[in-house]
Amino acid sequence: MASAVADEIIAIIARQAMLDAREVRLDMTLDELGFDSLVLVEALFAIEEKFDVTVPYNANEPDETDFDISSVGAVIAGVEALVAAKV
Amino acid sequence: MARVVITGAGSINPLGRNVAETWAAMQAGRCAIGPLEFRDVERLSVKIGAQVHGFVPEDHLSRAEIGFSDRFAQFALVSARQAVAQAGLVFEGELADRAGVVIGTAGGGLTTSDEAYRAVYAEGKNRVHPFVVPRLMHNAAASQISIALGLRGPTLAVSTACAGSNHAMGLAFQMVRSGATPVMLAGGAEAMLCFGGIKAWEGLRVMSADGCRPFSADRNGLVQGEGAAVFVFEEYDRARARGAQILAEVAGFAMGADAGDMLTPSVAGAARAMAGALADARLAPEAVGYINAHGTATAANDRSECAAVRQVFGAHADRLMISSTKSMHGHLIGATGAVELLACLMALGEGVIAPTVGYRVPDPDCALDVVPNEARQARVDVVLSNAFAFGGLNAVLALTRV
Repeated sequence: MASAVADEIIAIIARQAMLDAREVRLDMTLDELGFDSLVLVEALFAIEEKFDVTVPYNANEPDETDFDISSVGAVIAGVEALVAAKV
Repeated sequence: MARVVITGAGSINPLGRNVAETWAAMQAGRCAIGPLEFRDVERLSVKIGAQVHGFVPEDHLSRAEIGFSDRFAQFALVSARQAVAQAGLVFEGELADRAGVVIGTAGGGLTTSDEAYRAVYAEGKNRVHPFVVPRLMHNAAASQISIALGLRGPTLAVSTACAGSNHAMGLAFQMVRSGATPVMLAGGAEAMLCFGGIKAWEGLRVMSADGCRPFSADRNGLVQGEGAAVFVFEEYDRARARGAQILAEVAGFAMGADAGDMLTPSVAGAARAMAGALADARLAPEAVGYINAHGTATAANDRSECAAVRQVFGAHADRLMISSTKSMHGHLIGATGAVELLACLMALGEGVIAPTVGYRVPDPDCALDVVPNEARQARVDVVLSNAFAFGGLNAVLALTRV
């Protein structure tokens, strides 16, 4: 059962990928969605604005962070953790 | 040295969405200055300007282009596409490697900066859009045009306040003339009609709160505009060989500095630039039929510019026409020379001299034929376009009919 956070993130990712939200699956990688580094940066900005969180991601060191962007599901789990940590 | 001609022109400005609309408005003497419409305008003491109304980026630009561009770069892209379409050029192979872009702008992505500052300072937000930097850079317009049209040659921005466009076009002229490149896109783009942009200008106390009346004794300051114009500068033999329509020849250019005051214009500096452009074009002052004035409608500029014209042209000053189209489209700052070049092309190509509208009271310090209020039919063979920037930087182009 998808959470409200998941639905919002899928909507943001779909908008950036110019897809219908129903075409976005949790196991998809950002590569599969056609994301380049700049689209990723825009998507992370939209997520930060939506949930008032700071996503720890530096484009120079994409692997040097705990924030997992290997799939749509991983991004959702990461943001859910950030949102939970706020409270 | 190669001869240089203009084979394409494009523009979006307060008078029109393209060159034809702009010429029609100039011919009709239409003034595009009106109440400014943007956030917090009620906190300004200057509430008028010449805005580009009804511009919908999505009608002209791709999603990626919009995402990466401030309004000034969007205006530049629209203008460049029009100019290249008219020129009928496709940038491929060696031409693409050699052709470039030079765009003048004073504020660059100033609206982008203004909005980002508002977000972090006024609204207490801790993040701004990730593309603030690529949007606000002064070279964004030149880069966007290069990317959109595939030009891989010399591409740069020029930032010399109110002379930016003329410097940009002058450099393009010199580069084509020298053989460094066969084709350059050149012009200017500006969009600083936002709260922070006007608030900064208010401080100088050179703005009018009620209208732009160049050369009129009751003038009381400049009024800002926004927009862009871009031209295709092409080597003459190349343009002839491919049967291109030639809008005008760029015959000469001169630039210089007053080395005096940051704000007060110098008669000698302006005169040196006009005389320099004529000398560069190997033209006698008596050949000039029309001058598109810098004509900002500040007390100092118009007086100083008219004195400089008298100094350069002597008795011929009373036989030539000089008008300031800023009275219609406002002062586009870094883009102003480019939009004003449209009036020069109209004079040479259409035989129509754009008027100085808003003219009400003769000023003995500006006693020249300023083409008051109504456009005029006249055949002219040589025109000058003046630009004199804050910082004392002067740039004048000389154009001829082909």
